[in-house]
Amino acid sequence: MTAEQTHIERETGKVLSRMGRKKGDLVPILQQLQQRLGYLPRQAMAEIARSLNIPEMDVYGVVTFYNQFRLTPPGRHSIRVCLGTACHMKGGYITLDAWKRRLDIGPGEITPDREFDLDTVACVGCCAMAPVTVVDDKAQGEVTPTRVDGILLPFQPEKEKEDGKDR
Amino acid sequence: MGKTGDSGPPQGGAPAFPEIRSRALARWHKLWDSGKPLILVGTATCGRAAGAMEVLRAIKEELGRQDLDCSVVEVGCMGHCYAEPIVTISKPGYPPICYGHVNEVIAGRLVREFIAGDDPCLEFVLGALEENELVPSFSDFPRARFERRIILKNCGYIDPTDIDHYLARGGYAALAKALGMPPEEIISEVKSAGLRGRGGGGFPTGEKWETCLRSPGRPKYVICNGDEGDPGAFMDRAILESDPHSVIEGMLIAGYASGARHGYIYVRAEYPLAVARVRTALRQARKLNLTGKNILGSNFSFDIRLFSGSGAFICGEETALIASIEGKPGIPRYRPPYPAVKGLNGKPTVINNVKTLACVRHIIENGAGWFAGIGSGKSKGTAVFALAGKVVSTGLAEVPMGTTLRQLIFDVGSGITGGKRFKAVQVGGPSGGCLPESALDLPIDFDSLQAAGAMMGSGGMVVLDEDDCMVELARYLTEFTQRESCGKCTLCRLGTKQMQEVLGEITAGKGRPGDIDMLIELAEDIKAGSLCGLGKTAPNPVLSTLRYFRDEYEVHLKEGRCPALMCRDLIAYYIIPERCERSCDACVGTCTMEAISTDKKRIKVIDQEKCVKCGTCLDACPPQYSAVVKLSPPDRVPA
Ligand SMILES: Cc1cc2nc3c(=O)[nH]c(=O)nc-3n(C[C@H](O)[C@H](O)[C@H](O)COP(=O)(O)O)c2cc1C
Ligand code: FES
Repeated sequence: MTAEQTHIERETGKVLSRMGRKKGDLVPILQQLQQRLGYLPRQAMAEIARSLNIPEMDVYGVVTFYNQFRLTPPGRHSIRVCLGTACHMKGGYITLDAWKRRLDIGPGEITPDREFDLDTVACVGCCAMAPVTVVDDKAQGEVTPTRVDGILLPFQPEKEKEDGKDR
Repeated sequence: MGKTGDSGPPQGGAPAFPEIRSRALARWHKLWDSGKPLILVGTATCGRAAGAMEVLRAIKEELGRQDLDCSVVEVGCMGHCYAEPIVTISKPGYPPICYGHVNEVIAGRLVREFIAGDDPCLEFVLGALEENELVPSFSDFPRARFERRIILKNCGYIDPTDIDHYLARGGYAALAKALGMPPEEIISEVKSAGLRGRGGGGFPTGEKWETCLRSPGRPKYVICNGDEGDPGAFMDRAILESDPHSVIEGMLIAGYASGARHGYIYVRAEYPLAVARVRTALRQARKLNLTGKNILGSNFSFDIRLFSGSGAFICGEETALIASIEGKPGIPRYRPPYPAVKGLNGKPTVINNVKTLACVRHIIENGAGWFAGIGSGKSKGTAVFALAGKVVSTGLAEVPMGTTLRQLIFDVGSGITGGKRFKAVQVGGPSGGCLPESALDLPIDFDSLQAAGAMMGSGGMVVLDEDDCMVELARYLTEFTQRESCGKCTLCRLGTKQMQEVLGEITAGKGRPGDIDMLIELAEDIKAGSLCGLGKTAPNPVLSTLRYFRDEYEVHLKEGRCPALMCRDLIAYYIIPERCERSCDACVGTCTMEAISTDKKRIKVIDQEKCVKCGTCLDACPPQYSAVVKLSPPDRVPA
């Protein structure tokens, strides 16, 4: 077993030990595990299915149905561009294009250095500040293409410091 | 005061209601009347997006530096989202004054000049909370004539993480009163108040509760629908974040009246702060035995769990929501049986929207007659709207039912931004419609909007101006529904897909004659062939834009031109040489694509090959020159 697999097993065990075993506990279990791991690995879904005594397919069906769940690891920082009605009409799609160009990835993808993942979201309830981009759980209002670089600025030194450490 | 008063101290040693209440009042008065200044900072999601947490930190740091004794409290959203971050200061000798657009610098000045000094910094004032000689109060605002705050009354004034604030403002008194009434009496109150569901359908709430009470099967459930999936709507978020106990109290009364034992609050995953605030509120309510066993010493026991949704629009539909709580994919099922007969785990279940439940305490407290006296015709009480888009005062507004769209958008919302012309308002989310100027004098109620081809929906209103293309809006909303269709019904899944493709072609200038007829035909098929409300209403945006803005479709089709200059495939950006000011470089500097160059005469020129049509240069060009324009069709750009 790799260190990664051991980690997944341990975290899955921790979540399962705190939760009920009814089918109705499935979504909360998945939510808590994703909060710890950042995504839902195949191995964890199998473990959860066993523990709840339901087919693995049912777990997979639920995970793929809901937009919130991820099957692949996220980047270190997440960029989610709102494409709700208010944001769309105020140019959210133009902002999304700017993010795509800046990070050189599309929605649902992750940068090769695993720093950022990009995605869209349908309204985070900040419509009064449209267009909105959510950066690591913080909604930021009035994010036009010109603000994209500025938002990434604070992350730059962080990355350079780490790169320096590796060297 | 009914049972609670007579039955002595409740079990488990929890204090009785009057005691809970007086303790809360004492704390509240100490906060407001102790002679110490008080600063309220609005830190709901909209405030945070505008920088409220940074403002809060700046205030605390400055208070520390100046060594001042002052209370600082985080509150929710007042609804004036256009002016966030908002800070309110109450200092002895002054009325409570509310400041808008506060940043860290202004925050520091407010502390130094107003808290430490005696200058209330009038240049940053938004309004005072009460009438006074010094500054205009909110009640002097033109919008105050139309607003009536009932369910928003606490929002932005109390700390939503402190149950005592809610109690001090009269909270849970309705619950205490209700527990002394027979359930049937509560139901008849709610019925004669004329309360109808605020989740979009407008179903009479009392009838729903009665069905649940009379249906066999135990345990029964109450679910609060806080999924708020309509993009462009944020009323439920604001209420859950700013006054969560008002919803909890409504659920408790609903539970008592309909014979339920368990409750769930379903909040969508995109609202992490609402989830956190509801969780805190539930913990505090439990501690005071306002939920749990033998609530306030009565025979009524009720527990509430929080269920966080997982990001699927369809989960707002009641049967899909129930499937989701049961641990299944959120796919709707055929009704009847309605949830009130067979709901969660097959048991009778009341499911109500956040705002519906937030109305309940006021009906019990003030009586059915009072509530029925507000509003119009068959729509009673107030309606809460979220104003977004091209309107000046974006935010929340609560107005009596029957207020007109014009009053809401122009009087409460202060009109259209940038002096542009109103074009339409998108109401009711992807299931609703777009109403034009000729509909502005319609009263807002359940029935009038439906007749005009829209629906009240949950209360999201996105205001659109002359720069917004109605075909593009219809395309966007259809794409949204298409993506969110659960796929169970073929016509909903494939019909919306085909509609979206046709609209995509039209907005790209590749439409064909006959497209409009095809859209209408598809719309009828999808309506007829879909099981749930999502499919049945999916064609509404297309049908309502066709009804009121058919000419815009035709210009796209016949001339390959977008009259609103929005559809990107049909426009080009162009700098008018005669207007370009040679000494100005504003556009060149902002273009991230380096698509703007300067020619020999220092006139700026856009390279159409490189241009991605982001519009940044148009915003950057100083208004006195206005040299950057959009042209449609794109071949109007001189070679
Ligand atoms: C596609 C679809 C989405 C819905 N989304 C919501 C929602 O986000 N919030 C809500 O309260 N009701 C929503 N509803 C309505 C619910 O099914 C249900 O009627 C409502 O929660 C009942 O509460 P009420 O009687 O208090 O309005 C939706 C319905 C449909 C068909
Ligand atoms: S539409 Fe973007 S936050 Fe609501």
